[in-house]
Amino acid sequence: MIIGNIIMKKQLQITVNGELRQALVEPYYSLLDTLRDEMQLTGTKKGCDEGDCGACTVLLNGKPVCSCLVLAHAAHDAEVTTIEGVANGLELHPVQKAFVEHGGLQCGYCTPGIILSTVGFLESGEEPSEENIKHALGGNLCRCTGYTKVIESVLVAVKATNTASQAARE
Amino acid sequence: MKRFEYLEARTVRQAISMLQRHGENSLTVAGSTDFLVRWRAGVWNPDYVINIQRVAGLSRITYSARNGLRIGALVTIRAIEQHAAVRRHYPALAAAAASFAGVQVRNLATVGGNICNASPSGDTIPALLVFGSECKIVGADGERVVALDKFFTGPGQTVLEHGELLTEIRVPVPARNTGSHYIKHSPRGAMDIATVGVASLVSLDGRGGPCSEARIALGAVAPTPIRAYSAEDSLRGQALTQDLLIAAANIARNGVRPIDDIRGSAEHRKEIVGVLTRRTLEQAFNAAASGPLTFNEQRRLTVQAAF
Repeated sequence: MIIGNIIMKKQLQITVNGELRQALVEPYYSLLDTLRDEMQLTGTKKGCDEGDCGACTVLLNGKPVCSCLVLAHAAHDAEVTTIEGVANGLELHPVQKAFVEHGGLQCGYCTPGIILSTVGFLESGEEPSEENIKHALGGNLCRCTGYTKVIESVLVAVKATNTASQAARE
Repeated sequence: MKRFEYLEARTVRQAISMLQRHGENSLTVAGSTDFLVRWRAGVWNPDYVINIQRVAGLSRITYSARNGLRIGALVTIRAIEQHAAVRRHYPALAAAAASFAGVQVRNLATVGGNICNASPSGDTIPALLVFGSECKIVGADGERVVALDKFFTGPGQTVLEHGELLTEIRVPVPARNTGSHYIKHSPRGAMDIATVGVASLVSLDGRGGPCSEARIALGAVAPTPIRAYSAEDSLRGQALTQDLLIAAANIARNGVRPIDDIRGSAEHRKEIVGVLTRRTLEQAFNAAASGPLTFNEQRRLTVQAAF
């Protein structure tokens, strides 16, 4: 509603990492700004704020998206997973563990986004070939690693996930 | 950056009445991937933003051997990329979707948004053009169907009147023995806008027969995506050879008048038109003659070209 030149903030609710959260934000707020500024979830990083770098990647209803491009109110009633919701308590997610153990990160700024892209990729059901991994992570920039160690880490995570699901079947 | 009022429509009728009520100062958004960037840059300054993302019934993609592909305007680029019938029957469209930005944008961006933005470089457009696609448009007074090659009137300009909504894209079934492909050239392998994008389609009259149809569409080399009609004419009716494909690529190359901009010079763009037209024609012809590549083989080519 516009009153004079003042636009009223509107209430929204989003299930973030399994917890129902509410916020009162203006219509132009992005999901990224809402997570960081209103919900104090600063694990998700702001890089370019125009959908080029992938640092702000979160899962929206299970799928990787650039949270800087999502209108917060368009995410009303949605489910969002941020980097804060990836680990199981103190136990790292297999993807996180692989990146830590195989040098898939250096400064760490792009890492939350890359982890979420990787988690989304592993859940997409696409064949985890090196080509498909490169294609799935094409939207995430990293200026430290040169990507070689990132791809290696994802391949390790693929194996770990396969072994875990095989063990669960047996 | 000007503040705006945010509205959500749940039905096509509601979206149209919101557009009518708020007139030229309103803007329709769906995935909002272009909107938020341009709003922050001060390029788009609407008073009212009408989000149609939750409009019912426009997120379906269906294929039948009779009606072909029907893509609701709100279908995401990612859904097109992953759709089995698109991969099987419309490889150029699957390749275009797979080379569109990155996964994080493809999960948001819609095919309707890509078309209505009417960017000369919109990735899905050349692919949809070679299949002879049509647009279903709904307004207050009813609906109309416009061929996609009549939809664009300039950069960012379309035949859509204010108060009208693009609701569906209809893509006919390709003839037997048809192959198609799309290749995008951009400095970065992902999240980039095409310097040039080329889609080609070749149909043969029987597997070893002459070319019964050839269509070539070019992105980012004119004010709108365009067809390379003279190059197409040089192939129709001919028994195709490598020399003929190269000649057609040269006709396409010499027929374009691109501009210099930040993504490439006019001369560079012309060269790339020649190269990509030849490559997409070769792959379309091979697929028409000996059957399509599997999606994984196609993906490998796309990744090798990009990274």
